[in-house]
Amino acid sequence: MSDAVDHLIEINDLYYSRGALQIFTGLNLRIRRRQVTAIMGPSGTGKTTLLRLITRQLIPDRGTILIDGIDIATLNQKELYSLRRRFGMLFQNGALLTDLSVFENVAFPLREHTNLPNRLIRHVVLTKLHAVGLRGAADMMPGQLSGGMARRVALARAMVMDPDILIYDEPFVGLDPISMGVIVRLVRKMNDALGVSSILVSHDVQEIAAVADCSYLLSDGKVAASGSPDELRNASSELVKQFMHGMADGPVAFHFDAPDYAEQLLGRDAD
Amino acid sequence: MLRELYFSFVDFLRTFGALQLFFLRLLANSPAILVRRFGLVVQQVYNAGALSLVIIMICGFFVGGVLGLQGYANLAKFNAEDSVGTFAAFSLLKELGPVITALLFSGRAGTALASEIGLMKATEQLSAMEMMAVDPLRRILVPRFLGGVISMPLLTAIFSVIGLFGAHLVAVDLLGVDPGAFWQQMRSSLEIGDVWEGIIKSMVFGVVASLLAVWEGYNAIPTAEGVGRATTRTVVITAIAVLILDFMITAIAI
Ligand SMILES: Nc1ncnc2c1ncn2[C@@H]1O[C@H](COP(=O)(O)OP(=O)(O)OP(=O)(O)O)[C@@H](O)[C@H]1O
Ligand SMILES: [Mg+2]
Repeated sequence: MSDAVDHLIEINDLYYSRGALQIFTGLNLRIRRRQVTAIMGPSGTGKTTLLRLITRQLIPDRGTILIDGIDIATLNQKELYSLRRRFGMLFQNGALLTDLSVFENVAFPLREHTNLPNRLIRHVVLTKLHAVGLRGAADMMPGQLSGGMARRVALARAMVMDPDILIYDEPFVGLDPISMGVIVRLVRKMNDALGVSSILVSHDVQEIAAVADCSYLLSDGKVAASGSPDELRNASSELVKQFMHGMADGPVAFHFDAPDYAEQLLGRDAD
Repeated sequence: MLRELYFSFVDFLRTFGALQLFFLRLLANSPAILVRRFGLVVQQVYNAGALSLVIIMICGFFVGGVLGLQGYANLAKFNAEDSVGTFAAFSLLKELGPVITALLFSGRAGTALASEIGLMKATEQLSAMEMMAVDPLRRILVPRFLGGVISMPLLTAIFSVIGLFGAHLVAVDLLGVDPGAFWQQMRSSLEIGDVWEGIIKSMVFGVVASLLAVWEGYNAIPTAEGVGRATTRTVVITAIAVLILDFMITAIAI
């Protein structure tokens, strides 16, 4: 069990449901330190939910989540907050604070948690904004940004405290090919140069192949497949093939559970 | 039927208990925020005050004017039109000032607070703060709550003063009541206890109106519809609470 020490996050037999909807039914997953781990899966399988469980924004029904070997369910608020200071999280929709400017958004964690002088804060913030190519937008308000720009600002904010663990929820959506390339390299650089562990949710099979060391494919509340991007691409399982090559027919239903289409159009489902 | 009544009663008790707990959490965090993040509170006093100031002044003026008219018309029947100043001062300081200011505040600043917080929740800004290890209760809710608590007595004072000015304008300048009598009677019959009653009311209403606005926003269902509903509920519930409390405080004071 020498590699057990190497695991940053261990998820054991996780169950989670929302109302009648079973989202996870016995999920097991390991995330290694200093790697980029990708989490893939059809829309609505619970990738965002999984990230929220890992950061204890949600509490599992059953099962444990260990970070550095510590069960996060046992933490009190103070310990939880000091754990969260090690995280940087990019929300799926950015979640910028709308009453603060771009600059102040990125500066927010610094102002809340440190007593750095203004000059230093300015330096750090501008460096991070420069890294995502938005130094020029520092004085704009979040409402004036496009979706892709807002997400890049949120990325700068997630990195500003130099976290150990970066969590990205769909960082590549809504980016043009140029910024996409820059962001992909940035994600990789955070890992290689700074030793950050990253968890990345994405549908983008090609981008994942470029950055991820290891990926998990979720389906039906469990891990359907895992391995390096190459292993997944060459996997023989029907499900993996369908997902990696983007086919509509296969074991994964494109449609959310619904009554029979023809029956419903004919109005017979009501009976 | 009885069952439903029972369950909605239990539901009410549960919500009320949660509200009290929430209130205690706000109070527990208030001193630290007041000392360490006073700038945030000042900003919220400014926001709440700036939002409500103009309508408070306009309404205060016209309410005072009406008091001047009504007071004059009715007191003149008893040849007591000199008492119109006393009448206006009592009404404004003890009742109309605190109550109308609270209702206007909740309609203007309370709804703005509730929808702002609800929208922050709906757009995951509060979750994002949690993830940055910043407690939204301390960073967002407490300063807004304190801002409301501080600005209500100030706004009430402004309302009452402008109201008196309006009453003076109507009664003295328009209807010809003697200005000396207007002020003299007021000063001799008004006691310090009456002023205190108004001040205490305005402080209680400030706490209630701010608490309910922040609570409704924080517990809004995080959708456009949910935020809209929270905003409406803020006004309705605050109005009911303020009027009931007004009755209770008056009953105790008398
Ligand atoms: N607040 C909520 N209340 C009820 N159900 C929810 C809620 N949030 C999500 N769900 C359900 O949980 C399931 C998983 O949602 P989640 O957002 O985790 O999916 P996802 O894998 O991130 O999808 P996407 O790739 O589209 O972002 C969905 O089927 C959704 O219907
Ligand atoms: Mg998602």
